[in-house]
Amino acid sequence: MRWESGLAVALVAVLIFGNSVSSQFFSSYNIFTLCTNIGDLALLALPMTLIIITGEIDLSIASVLAVSAETLGALWTHHWPMALIFVVCLAIGALAGLINGVLITRVGLPSLAVTIGTLTLYRVLANVILGASTVSNFPSPFNNLGVTGFLGISWLSWSVAIFLVAALITGVVLRMTPFGRSLYAIGRSQEAAFHAGIRVKRTKLLLFVLSGAVSAAVGLLYAFELSSAGENIGIGFELQVVTIVLLGGVSIFGGKGTIRGVALAAFVYAGSRSALLLTPSFNENDFEVVSGGLLILSVLVPNAASFAQRARILMRRGQIRNRRKLLALADAEVLDRE
Amino acid sequence: MSATTTETPTGIAPASPRRLVDIVLRARTFGILGVLVLLVLITTAIQPRFLHASNIQFILASTALYALVAVGETFVVITRNVDLSVGSVVGLSADVSANMFQAHHGIAIPVVFLVGLGVGLACGLVTGIITAVGRVPSLVVTLAMLYIIRGVDTLIVGSGQPVANALTNSFNNIFHATILGIPDVAIAVAAVVAVAAYYLRTYRSGRELYAIGSDPDAARLGGIPIGRQIFGAFVLSGALAGLGGVLWATQYNTIDATAATGLELQIIAAVVVGGVAIFGGSGSVVGAALGALLLETITSALNVLGVPSLWTGDLRLPAARGDHTRPRNPAPAGRCATPKEGSPWRLKPAPSKSASRRSCAGSQAWRSPWSPC
Repeated sequence: MRWESGLAVALVAVLIFGNSVSSQFFSSYNIFTLCTNIGDLALLALPMTLIIITGEIDLSIASVLAVSAETLGALWTHHWPMALIFVVCLAIGALAGLINGVLITRVGLPSLAVTIGTLTLYRVLANVILGASTVSNFPSPFNNLGVTGFLGISWLSWSVAIFLVAALITGVVLRMTPFGRSLYAIGRSQEAAFHAGIRVKRTKLLLFVLSGAVSAAVGLLYAFELSSAGENIGIGFELQVVTIVLLGGVSIFGGKGTIRGVALAAFVYAGSRSALLLTPSFNENDFEVVSGGLLILSVLVPNAASFAQRARILMRRGQIRNRRKLLALADAEVLDRE
Repeated sequence: MSATTTETPTGIAPASPRRLVDIVLRARTFGILGVLVLLVLITTAIQPRFLHASNIQFILASTALYALVAVGETFVVITRNVDLSVGSVVGLSADVSANMFQAHHGIAIPVVFLVGLGVGLACGLVTGIITAVGRVPSLVVTLAMLYIIRGVDTLIVGSGQPVANALTNSFNNIFHATILGIPDVAIAVAAVVAVAAYYLRTYRSGRELYAIGSDPDAARLGGIPIGRQIFGAFVLSGALAGLGGVLWATQYNTIDATAATGLELQIIAAVVVGGVAIFGGSGSVVGAALGALLLETITSALNVLGVPSLWTGDLRLPAARGDHTRPRNPAPAGRCATPKEGSPWRLKPAPSKSASRRSCAGSQAWRSPWSPC
């Protein structure tokens, strides 16, 4: 069975579970809340998917998001026009991604180390930009993004609507264009991709710039949804995004994964969270255990086949070596049972 | 890790790797020490208060926790794995040990340390079993454990703020106690570092950890019990993080379910600054401990100089630099040592052409940095 099919089944199961837990689950209010919770994470998951497919990782996304959101806040208090703020924020995001990308591709540092570093660096910059203050007086069409539905559809949040369009585009690019296919080639074998004429470094650099720009855009969206930009905005998002991507069947080794899987995983994640939160006696923090468990399952299950095979080999080997011992043990067990 | 190399992987001279590794490691450690001394000198020149005994004691005592956890993390990173769950383990252990005082008044302090150790061991066992037996990437497993342990923490202590006043004075004094002016905890951790360094350097199983990190496949073919060794590394990392949790409890008076959140990144930063390659196979616990000391000293120096603590975060970026030199690709020791010099404030390492080429020249077939086992 393909991973995506499993996720689709899981999604249906989650929806049924949610409906059985509470009749409120399918209320348009709850679906809207669910959508606002997941839309931003799902949007961040798109560039993350591309990066993980090439075998790298970007842990600095949440901090870039914060830089963007707090720049928005700072510039808005200085009465900059909104359009200009958008341009500045996106440029800052792209620059942040460019710094990551240059350090990783041109200087040759490991992406895990670089982005852990810039995770802290950008977070600090974000806090410096706005300090301890919080800005919340954004103008009305933007301020309502977290309250009103997309084009009057009351259960569909703007973030999810944007995500669906973006996911469609990303999915098509990843699946059907030479660029998209080259990402898989890079993830499978960087050397082979290079010798096949793929510009490995440039592609990766581009992905990190893209990741920065998307994170900045999501930062704007998220600040508008919260209708505030303040300290600690989006803190810890990077781990949730990685969770969603891996849950979507993307291999952390690179070279494997689809946008479809990630999109399904995002909704499974959001759905199970929402359903569990509707059950009494379940509080928000308990969901950390569930998401951790999901993450472990997402890596253990694909390995289950090889794991079972190894266990069988081990057992057989053990049987030959300790046949007598095993027989004795089995006898004892039988005796115990009797 | 990139592929634009024209050198063939086989074109590297098989120089005596043992000696080169030694030289490089020593150069790294001296590099960190040099930066440390320079930092202390500069800070003292600007603000003599920095060298005050109480400040040094505070730096040493607060480094102890980081160094202790960094030792365990080093064992894991050397095997080309990573343990992201240490922050949560420290938090859980801190909460549990602080809760012991709440639940049992007058409990003996050694018992609390044992409990913390037990909590850490349990976490390390689970992580180790999943990683080693399931042969799944440790990055993912420990990321999941980060969530799970934090969730268990919240379940146990609730999301309020417990234990602020339940800690006994003698417990809190552990952090402040000194022998001949040196904090007890620093001495204890230094002993742990010494034992760990001796083990990694001398013992067969210690060397095997390096072998696994250098090339897991070769290590497997060489008959090294990879799974067992990695399991052991994770158990050790968990256990030390558990002890670190008790230290955390002695250090901070307010402990809640968010204690030590994000600590794992600081620990990894310390380890990588200390010259442990994030792709495994090289590095020392002494370096990692010095890395922790360096980061803590920088924080303190900036505080003394009146730079708001907000700014200290960016000093972790040099973490990335530590990986610049990878002894697996034998290169003249002098060249390897260069990136360690210079100021830790530099945002970008000097992009030397040799460095970027070196980083890819040695990789035979490109492999993912976090492959299992």
